[in-house]
Amino acid sequence: MNVKYNEKDKLLLLEITEEIDHHLVDILRRKIDNEITRYMPRKIIFDFNNVSFMDSAGIGMVIGRYKTMNMIGRKSRNDKC
Amino acid sequence: MSGLFDNEMKLEFSSKSSNEAFARITVAAFVAQLDPTIEELADIKTAVSEAVTNCIIHGYENKEGIVKIIAKILKNTVMIEVSDTGKGIENVEMARKPLYTSKANLERSGMGFTIMESFMDEIDIQSVLGLGTKVIMKKAIKPKEEDEEETKLG
Ligand SMILES: Nc1ncnc2c1ncn2[C@@H]1O[C@H](COP(=O)(O)OP(=O)(O)O)[C@@H](O)[C@H]1O
Ligand SMILES: [Mg+2]
Repeated sequence: MNVKYNEKDKLLLLEITEEIDHHLVDILRRKIDNEITRYMPRKIIFDFNNVSFMDSAGIGMVIGRYKTMNMIGRKSRNDKC
Repeated sequence: MSGLFDNEMKLEFSSKSSNEAFARITVAAFVAQLDPTIEELADIKTAVSEAVTNCIIHGYENKEGIVKIIAKILKNTVMIEVSDTGKGIENVEMARKPLYTSKANLERSGMGFTIMESFMDEIDIQSVLGLGTKVIMKKAIKPKEEDEEETKLG
């Protein structure tokens, strides 16, 4: 995963590069949550262009982060995959 | 193995989540003989990943068990059977519904069966409480245009 943070817009851009299944999603989720707590962004953009495999575990992960962002009063958005 | 099919394979492995990638890659390698497109292969890998994950987290609830996969090829169709001898499903009708999950706390999306249904041509779910679950999926791999051309010419 490549992380870019835009301080001005409080925008966290997460370019996912790993495969996402039920096994691998745990590590990815931990990494993402670390970035969220580190930056407390106003907005997250997920870029899935470089993901070679994803199953429904990925959907669960995104919905989970969406809920986290709502909880802290912020927004997340998914880019085309 | 019976002579009813052109080719068959059987795979058994421990219900460890680290085997999910192994399972879908192995099935994909077996299906490769039908010369699928990248997209068809991705559909099959995703469906297998969903079925295998379900055996591990729902069937065996992360306890020890054996996940079994049988794949058979007849002409241009692949049949994939994924089974466990775990807990079983109480209400298959309900389990198939999009967004239904019995484990929302684990960030499950409840989209597993929906993905299997939409990525494969056919899916049949057989389950008995306390005995286990078997998911049978079928997908026809479309013959490539060059092949059609060849048969026309030949
Ligand atoms: N192999 C299985 N053994 C027992 N229960 C299962 C099995 N596969 C699916 N289920 C049940 O069906 C439900 C729906 O499965 P699915 O659509 O894959 O969603 P999810 O895995 O996200 O919960 C599961 O929550 C579970 O209750
Ligand atoms: Mg599932």
